[in-house]
Amino acid sequence: MPGTIDEIPITPINTTNSTAVKTGGWRAFRPICDTDKCIKCWSCWKFCPDVSIAIGEDGPIYDYDHCKGCGICANVCPVKCIEMIPENK
Amino acid sequence: MMAKLTIPEEELMSPGHMGCLGCGATQAMRYVLKAAGRRTILSIPACCWAVMPGVWPNTCLQVPELYTPFETTGASISGIRAALDALGQEDINVIGFAGDGGTADIGIQALSGTADRQDNVLYIMYDNEAYMNTGIQRSGSTPIGTWTTTTPVGSTQEWEKSPKKNMTAIMAAHGIPYIATATTGYPEDIIKKVTKALSIKGTKFMQIFSPCPTGWKMDPALTVSITKEALSSRAFNLFEIENGAYKVTMKPKKTPLKGYLMKQGRFRHMPDDLIAEVEADLDSAYENLLHLEECTRKKA
Ligand SMILES: Cc1ncc(C[n+]2csc(CCOP(=O)(O)OP(=O)(O)O)c2C)c(N)n1
Ligand code: SF4
Ligand code: SF4
Ligand SMILES: [Mg+2]
Repeated sequence: MPGTIDEIPITPINTTNSTAVKTGGWRAFRPICDTDKCIKCWSCWKFCPDVSIAIGEDGPIYDYDHCKGCGICANVCPVKCIEMIPENK
Repeated sequence: MMAKLTIPEEELMSPGHMGCLGCGATQAMRYVLKAAGRRTILSIPACCWAVMPGVWPNTCLQVPELYTPFETTGASISGIRAALDALGQEDINVIGFAGDGGTADIGIQALSGTADRQDNVLYIMYDNEAYMNTGIQRSGSTPIGTWTTTTPVGSTQEWEKSPKKNMTAIMAAHGIPYIATATTGYPEDIIKKVTKALSIKGTKFMQIFSPCPTGWKMDPALTVSITKEALSSRAFNLFEIENGAYKVTMKPKKTPLKGYLMKQGRFRHMPDDLIAEVEADLDSAYENLLHLEECTRKKA
């Protein structure tokens, strides 16, 4: 980050990957997957708007630093093995 | 890992972006970039996508992107293509990515110029049916009956009165080689159509129906399922227009419009007689599309 206005380029160019921004703090509900029931269809991965699901050996691996808790993954899962749990529980 | 995936695995949109919970427009971008790949230059005007990449110096986009004034997406992609031509670089995709307000209203003149010159670019309108970034004002693409902050409801009943602007017909009138509609609930279809568009020389136009839970007053978990109901209720239709020939790419079994409307707060005030009127209009628009498919068939 530049220290003074003179150090800001005339045409600002974005250089930092947004993964530096931890949007997980927005979340009110946390998705939890019961991987015993997962059939590895990867619908959850496919539809996550926050690219917060990785493809794991046994099922989805959540990136809780970025997941905003929208609940899309739980909604699209064909075997309903993802539950949205309140963050304060 | 040998997971069976139906869309490319490589991600060119990173997490940590500023899109709302369940934002359909972010899914649209994710899928478009999966289809277009790294050798792509994007141009984005004022719209939600102008803020979603992040606050400088952050960006969630792993391809170069130009921020351009609201009304200039068409002109900017024409300019980028001209610059690449001057440099002799042919193998780069140039994609404009603009909202419905930026496309159907303020940017329509620049887009018309691009199409008129047949510049070799892909223009994508992500359609969330209002000016969302400035707080939900109606656009030319807002359907009849919608509540927005500029079409208030209640005793005054000033909900949106004019029909959704038919952008694909306007673009078809320009005689461009490829036009398609798509929606974020069907990523494989988006990827197929973007890939096809990028293989064709000339101006290509795509309209991607992208739910906005914030502006539609809807549960963000429904972003995917609502697109399926949008299609089955005929609120939005999937088709291509290739060299003037229409092809309806999905013909779902009809479901009542009311089921689609009542899941969204922006429509919940609509009286039954208005819903019936809108439903009849949407049904006849769908029939019209099937007729267009029938009578333009030989041209393909
Ligand atoms: C010339 C000009 N007029 C108005 C604005 C303010 N403005 C910024 S984004 C926006 C709404 C964009 O709506 P749309 O194109 O539908 O994209 P969305 O925000 O819905 O994604 C408006 C009105 C602007 N930036 N420039
Ligand atoms: S809750 Fe939403 S953001 Fe979080 S992993 Fe599921 S789909 Fe992605
Ligand atoms: S959608 Fe459900 S079944 Fe499919 S991979 Fe994700 S958790 Fe497993
Ligand atoms: Mg919009």
